[in-house]
Amino acid sequence: MSGPLSIEPNLGGDAPALETERLGKRYGKVRALHDCWLSLPAGAVIALVGPNGAGKSTLLQLVTALLEPTEGVVRVFDAPVRAGAAAGLEQVAFVAQDHPLYRGFTLADHLEMGRRLNRRWDRTLAERRFAELDLPLRRRAKDLSGGQQAQVALALALAKRAPLLVLDEPLASLDPLARREFMSTVMAAVAEDGLTVLMSSHVVAELERVSDWLVVLSHGRVRLSGPVDDLVSSHRVLTGPRTELAASVPGVVRQEHADRHSTMLVRTTGERPEFHPAWQSRSIGLEDLVLAYLELPDPASQPPAQPSPTETSPR
Amino acid sequence: MLKLRLDSATGVPPYLQIVQQVRQALLLGYIHVGDRLPTVKEAVAELAINPNTVVKAYRQLEHEGLVSARPGQGTFVVGDLTPVPPGVHAALRRSLERWVRDAYAAGLDDEMVTAMFAMIRTEVRNEGVA
Repeated sequence: MSGPLSIEPNLGGDAPALETERLGKRYGKVRALHDCWLSLPAGAVIALVGPNGAGKSTLLQLVTALLEPTEGVVRVFDAPVRAGAAAGLEQVAFVAQDHPLYRGFTLADHLEMGRRLNRRWDRTLAERRFAELDLPLRRRAKDLSGGQQAQVALALALAKRAPLLVLDEPLASLDPLARREFMSTVMAAVAEDGLTVLMSSHVVAELERVSDWLVVLSHGRVRLSGPVDDLVSSHRVLTGPRTELAASVPGVVRQEHADRHSTMLVRTTGERPEFHPAWQSRSIGLEDLVLAYLELPDPASQPPAQPSPTETSPR
Repeated sequence: MLKLRLDSATGVPPYLQIVQQVRQALLLGYIHVGDRLPTVKEAVAELAINPNTVVKAYRQLEHEGLVSARPGQGTFVVGDLTPVPPGVHAALRRSLERWVRDAYAAGLDDEMVTAMFAMIRTEVRNEGVA
């Protein structure tokens, strides 16, 4: 690779990094994840957002074969992922919530364990990160600060040299400075190695500068999936007098009616959509967009009146 | 070299913020033809930002004919936005400064100053179109 423009984002092209088909997981009678279809592009940094209990961790654990699906399949770079299927598992590196390490182990012990557990193992990469962090190899995990533990867990995951890095709530337990340092390391790996990253979070505000693909999950279902910029630019908020006009607007995601006026979130298709002059149209920020989709009612608890808004628009 | 920054409170998508900053820097004469922009890696390290975002911003600037990527060397400024001549710039600055001082002296607050400026700008622009 040479030159600053040699990194092709290539979103939406070529083979997807991660695909799920009809993926589902039940715990007894509880549906944690239901009918999940995803196709996520290689080289993207994908933010998986949703409230607690939406199914984010379940999805990530299915992607990393820590859970067996009740139905459906997961493929990472075309290789099926399931327990015992080495070809698929080697494509995925995972950092679990709270960045677990073996407390009594030194960093050198962790490196040795990584070597024994992985066919592909880049010890030099991990050692270089430890050196950058000023962490001696004899240091034990329990003597590290929270931010250092996160960085060590990340370095060990990157040393696996897997093309897909999965992070479960990586920022939740970190202070703002440690968050910044953690994401800076992840973004550098994306820039250098074309890594694909799938990370869950319930903090939307921090995701805009790092992610270029958004997946919104709620009630165990995918509500929205697509390139962040396209999703933001294709949604408009319309405000206007409460009239029967509302019925004539296509692509309504949700609507609210007061006595005299109505507010609607619409998903548009054309380059420059035209609305009736009575409607004022404005853009919507990423955070408000996510909230609007999260506030949609659970589709399981209402009759299927209209097509669900979960489809991904092709570029 | 131009130092990129991001403001997460504006609601403007990060890639557009970068595009606007480069354009603004050209207009204000902070950067000139031949200058190198931060590489993607430098921007990523500096801002902890998604590299694809920087690539997307530079692509758009390239499309507008303002910058050009030289393989292995970096992205360089090649186009100009006809910066305001220094004399004109200074004169405009002085008259605007006078107006803002007058506005505060007359008792307008920040919000009213901004609103009035935006209103006049829209009116003048619409005259031009009509």
